[in-house]
Amino acid sequence: MDTERLLAQLLCQYENTPGGLLPLLHAVQEDLGYVPPESIPAIAEVMNLSAAEVHGVISFYHDLKTSPVGRHTLQVCAAESCQAAGGRALEHAAQEQLGIGFGETTDDGSVTLEKVYCLGNCACSPSVRIDNETYARLDATGLTALIANIGQGEGAS
Amino acid sequence: MSQRFFIPRDTTAVAVGANEVANTLAAVLSEQVSEATIVRNGSRGAFWLEPLMEIETQGERVGFGPLFPEDVADIVALSPADRTEHPKYLGKLEEHPWFAGQQRLTFARSGLDDPLCLDAYLSRHGFDGLEHALHLPPEDIVDEVTRSGLRGRGGAAFPAGIKWNTVLQAAGDEKYIACNADEGDSGTFADRLLMESDPYMLIEGMTIAGLAVGAQQGYIYLRSEYPHAWEVMHTAIAKAEAAGYLGEGICDSDRQFHLELRLGAGSYICGEETAMLESLEGRRGVVRAKPPLPAIEGLFGKPTVVNNVLTLAAIPTIMAGGAEAYAALGQGRSLGTITLQLAGNIKNGGLVEVPYGATLRAVLDQFGGGTRSGRPIRAIQVGGPLGAYLPEPLWDTPLDYEAFAAAGGMLGHGGVVVFDDTVDMAQQARFAMAFCAEESCGKCTPCRVGSVRGTEVMDRIIARESLDENMALLDDLCETMELGSLCAMGGLTPNPVRSALQYFPEDFA
Repeated sequence: MDTERLLAQLLCQYENTPGGLLPLLHAVQEDLGYVPPESIPAIAEVMNLSAAEVHGVISFYHDLKTSPVGRHTLQVCAAESCQAAGGRALEHAAQEQLGIGFGETTDDGSVTLEKVYCLGNCACSPSVRIDNETYARLDATGLTALIANIGQGEGAS
Repeated sequence: MSQRFFIPRDTTAVAVGANEVANTLAAVLSEQVSEATIVRNGSRGAFWLEPLMEIETQGERVGFGPLFPEDVADIVALSPADRTEHPKYLGKLEEHPWFAGQQRLTFARSGLDDPLCLDAYLSRHGFDGLEHALHLPPEDIVDEVTRSGLRGRGGAAFPAGIKWNTVLQAAGDEKYIACNADEGDSGTFADRLLMESDPYMLIEGMTIAGLAVGAQQGYIYLRSEYPHAWEVMHTAIAKAEAAGYLGEGICDSDRQFHLELRLGAGSYICGEETAMLESLEGRRGVVRAKPPLPAIEGLFGKPTVVNNVLTLAAIPTIMAGGAEAYAALGQGRSLGTITLQLAGNIKNGGLVEVPYGATLRAVLDQFGGGTRSGRPIRAIQVGGPLGAYLPEPLWDTPLDYEAFAAAGGMLGHGGVVVFDDTVDMAQQARFAMAFCAEESCGKCTPCRVGSVRGTEVMDRIIARESLDENMALLDDLCETMELGSLCAMGGLTPNPVRSALQYFPEDFA
């Protein structure tokens, strides 16, 4: 389905949802991978908001993106529980192993690296999340193995 | 001989390898002739024992853990009589010292069954509280909650009954129940565990809240960092609706309550109740000035009960067992049970539910098992990123809201993050400021600007530049944030900073 038709369908779905802007933006991002800036005027009109208000909401939340990100997202927990269990070293290892900084995407477009403040997995810190799976009690070696596995299976799809 | 095997499916169990254990078990069982089923239950919260496997044979259920996939075949091959000899044998989990020392009310069912099995929930007193509440006038439900002494478990510890009464007395037909499931504090995972292991309990608690204050619509605001909790809650709401426990005509009565799950988008401040309401309304998660209180003018400007997951999940127990039984536990004005989450550098991490009143040291001695690194504990941060770092002499503080406040700390949402003696407290103080700068909503200047300046001042202190001047400046900044911030984020960020300075001055010298 092309972007315009998809957007029209989603706008229809959330038009009358009370406080529906955030669920709508999530749905757009779920389908397109990000919220295209050119879609903001249409979203604003249907939700009876100004484009500035929609832009304000998108820019407020860490999860919402206005440009494409990697096919996979690696989040490294940078909060206190993980710090207490070796998380700071893991933050460095992740950047070193991927050769990128936080907020950046690898050149081949496969992985975006992010910091996250708590995955709620604190009894087995330190933790990372890759897409929707969380991994616990990690060290640099464990992280290497996870990163090596990220791209696998992509060729088939 | 039919057997049932239980392997937890919650986030943490899966993160340490429960799916691999379950897959191996399925392969091993497929080669056997005897009847066996695998149940993917929720976790009991003893995460240091995960991946855990329990085997139920003729009504008796024993556990093994923590397991590697290669342990599975050996354990399955054992006859029930020979199981006790296995090095990973744990016996009946209820009799294991780690559980026997707890008093579980809210987490009594956690980890026993498939969390989405309604029949299992019903067989363990599920919806008893709701059935009782359906026969009571709203005032009596609120009265029961008030007499139980239940206080908000999200951190602020406001008496739930008083909040509910304010919403009940507020004028208007349109009211809301908003459940705060934006569990952002590091070191906490109780909300997640409850939603992933016993989701109907939260649904029941919210429905009772709806009956109590006259609200017909509820929202759960769930953080996006919890994708498994989202799936479980989403399915649980659909199943509860289909079975008549949500929607129109609850349990064949003429009452209704609708429940919608909403997803956050990665923002710590949305755990603050007014920022959460803004976010639920589809706006930036910017804190509102109070008054008006959300109980008077909350979601969409209507009277709203905003409670944490654990507060609402305590309601079914109170309604089914009575306020007096609940209030008989705990001490002073901290009644019932506290859910502590042992985290950080800890050997036996997991969820511990005990009556209020025990000391932090006693709980750590009984359940914690020391640090995972094997080094001495140096500091413990209780109550999340806004909580104080407590040195050894303060570990004798009883787990009680007033006692903790008197000691300069706070219980918050019950997170207990343990640090060993390699921690650099100056770095932790810097992080507190940097985290506030990252997550501030930006509405008030002391928080928005103070945290950025605080990070810069901490950088200079760490570099030992003009120490006296910068220490004085930091003190000044902390005072400005404490007195001038609109909400707890800016107001309490000085807690970890000041406690690090006060109790661990050697790291700043």
